[in-house]
Amino acid sequence: MLDLQIILVFMIIGALIAVKAKDLLSSVIAVGTVGLGLSLAFLILKAPDLAIAQLVVEILCIIILIRATIRKDLPFSTSGRWFFNTFITFVFIFIFLIFGYFCLRDLPSFGNPVMKIAHTFLSQGLKQTGTTNLVSAVVLDYRAYDTLGEATILFTAVMGVIAVMRSIGRKK
Amino acid sequence: MEDPKKGMSLIVKTITRLTVGLILLFGIYIVSHGHISPGGGFAGGVIIALSFIHIMLAFGKETAFKKLNQNIASCFESIGAIIFITLGIIGIGSGYFLYNFMQKGEPFKLFSAGLIPLYNIAISFKVGSGLFIIFIIMVLLKISKKEG
Repeated sequence: MLDLQIILVFMIIGALIAVKAKDLLSSVIAVGTVGLGLSLAFLILKAPDLAIAQLVVEILCIIILIRATIRKDLPFSTSGRWFFNTFITFVFIFIFLIFGYFCLRDLPSFGNPVMKIAHTFLSQGLKQTGTTNLVSAVVLDYRAYDTLGEATILFTAVMGVIAVMRSIGRKK
Repeated sequence: MEDPKKGMSLIVKTITRLTVGLILLFGIYIVSHGHISPGGGFAGGVIIALSFIHIMLAFGKETAFKKLNQNIASCFESIGAIIFITLGIIGIGSGYFLYNFMQKGEPFKLFSAGLIPLYNIAISFKVGSGLFIIFIIMVLLKISKKEG
């Protein structure tokens, strides 16, 4: 588990740099390192499907961020109401920690799943679906309805991007 | 075939011309072997979209639109959705919605696992063309607004 912890510390450092960096390009590249660390963490936790998807989507997001948003370097104002902002932040962190304590107290320990249905998928998946990649068996056979919803989400996302970013019909 | 003034430098264009076919082929491999090895429709579709984005970044938008137009990409996205839902509705005839009604075949073969490769291909059409359309809209509309 030491390598996983090293990668997690690396990701946290990358995220802090992304927040604190002065220019936008450095922030975008630091976000990219966080995504790369997440992909490596998925590989260490033995989830190659997620690692491939994470890496590929991260590349696409970095390209879109650099090409589409890098010219708009928005000034970020932190002056004024410093005390109020910090107070609200600490209040929300405190509330989140209280709820997180009650929610996470009953979870099983890390790496010890007690879910019975996963064992059913692992033992019966090859016989019932004929698929050797059990992630595909779950995504496209047992849970194909979720995949249909995911495709619908993507379709809605494309429509939303077109509606927000279009130039025809926009009032000057 | 391409305008030397558009896009990036000669080095980038030469490397792109050599690698873009391999990237597209790797995406097709990831999609078609999604039921045997790690990968699947989503990751393979994004890789296919990245190969076209690669052309657009290196050669400019005219060359990329000659390969894959915005309307054709939109058609491909609809075709992917139609394939997925049609296969699901055919499954009603032999069981329930999204039922895997084809022969399972032999494991570790390319033509096995019934409908799952077809679902993978449909998802890859949908994801690849959808993300390519998002890229076109988010990048090109900014540039055209700046010029005009």
